[in-house]
Amino acid sequence: MADPMKIRANLVGDSTEVKVLMNHEMETGQRKDAQGKTIPAWFIQSVSATCNDKTVLSAQWGPAVSKNPFLSFKFKGGAKGDKVVITWVDSRGDKRTDEATIA
Amino acid sequence: MPCAFAQSTVDEIAKYRAALQDGNPAELWEARGEALWKQKRGPKQVSFEQCDLGLGAGVVKGAYARLPRYFADADRVMDLETRLVWCMVKLQGYSEADALKNPFGSGNEKKSDMEALVAYVTSESRGAKMNVALSHPKEEQMYRLGEKMFYFRGGPHDFACATCHGEDGKRIRLQDLPNLTGTEGAQKAYTTWPAYRVSQGELRSFQWRLYDCFRQQRFPELIFASDASVALTMFLARNANGVAFDAPAIKR
Amino acid sequence: MLALLAAAGWLKPDAAHAQAWNKAAFETHDMAETMKALGGAEPAQSKDIVFFQTPDIAENGAVVPIGIASNIPKTDSIAILIEKNPNMLAATFDIPAGTEPTISTRVKMGQTSNIYALVKADGKYYVASKEVKVTLGGCGG
Repeated sequence: MADPMKIRANLVGDSTEVKVLMNHEMETGQRKDAQGKTIPAWFIQSVSATCNDKTVLSAQWGPAVSKNPFLSFKFKGGAKGDKVVITWVDSRGDKRTDEATIA
Repeated sequence: MPCAFAQSTVDEIAKYRAALQDGNPAELWEARGEALWKQKRGPKQVSFEQCDLGLGAGVVKGAYARLPRYFADADRVMDLETRLVWCMVKLQGYSEADALKNPFGSGNEKKSDMEALVAYVTSESRGAKMNVALSHPKEEQMYRLGEKMFYFRGGPHDFACATCHGEDGKRIRLQDLPNLTGTEGAQKAYTTWPAYRVSQGELRSFQWRLYDCFRQQRFPELIFASDASVALTMFLARNANGVAFDAPAIKR
Repeated sequence: MLALLAAAGWLKPDAAHAQAWNKAAFETHDMAETMKALGGAEPAQSKDIVFFQTPDIAENGAVVPIGIASNIPKTDSIAILIEKNPNMLAATFDIPAGTEPTISTRVKMGQTSNIYALVKADGKYYVASKEVKVTLGGCGG
């Protein structure tokens, strides 16, 4: 199973600023291994973020997003103590959900 | 001056580096390392919370800024990795071979627990002033050995560490090379390792940095956690005394 | 039909997230193809889309920080396109009401290229571009 994400969610004024780091190879499918065989593509395809069951961001990614992806965004309506829940699903169907409390 | 760049290029690369600072994937290694630190591991099922990094059993905060140092229980000067190996053997019951294997990770298939532990322990010294002592005779001896190694020329290229890192303004292609014989250069270099290398997508420790410098010089392999690696670390860590440690960092 | 609508980005993000990844859009090679896959017309140039924390020169193409902010009212989505990558579309972000039309992430670039920030607002597409030079610096160490 994939390692946890690192999520930070901080209230700045009336917006919640979210910063996420994800553990993922984000293999492009363009690289070759030492034997000259193409390393198959393997990357996060969709990301969603919710706060109090409301979607605050959803994304679709291709393999051009960097290895160990970083994502930052801001939304209104979060309060200190609320949880931000983030889920990714990759091209193999693997999935990972983590959460952070708004500070 | 084929190697000189317009100031605007230098400024833009500085901006690129600055933009990477916020959101360093090294934090993923730090988190994994913290979990490993607290986990009961090995044949004896003991956590690293019993491991003394020099400030008492389980004390991590600020420990790295005082390493390498002499440990009476081992009667040896140890850097962080050497000490972690020692704790794995003595406390957790691993064989020495098991404790030494896989010091540097490679992708998802071969993650290194050692690098994760190093990321966690070093992160707990961020902001701590480098304060490496030479009070024990063995510490002094280790420092002198490291100094000698730094200037020792050898290998097929007749290189020494000092060939690249002994003067200001040296460069390999685009990369500025720190002058490690000056206080400022040593401080800036030593306090920014470990680092997440964006070119590799990996967190790299200072031991790795030395290992790879040896490879680039075409020296014999620098054996992980050997006295030679501790000596060089001692020389460079001690030269960095006086400034705040600021890693894990992120580098190209 | 539902999939088509979602691919075009017409559905609300909650519903869209459950939809399949838009494979066709991530396999395009130029702007016209990408717009066709996204179900939109040719985008209008806009000065209301701003790049921030996006360097003119990237020391390493494996990690290029990109920040995009849209000042266009009713921004529904922001996409990052890299002209000279093997496939042009790098990422799309759906921006629900209440979320600021500002995102920041990091992408891979194979070589020096134009980067496009494509914004969909109130059913229309807008675009801004910026060139990022990539220097694959130095030896591997």
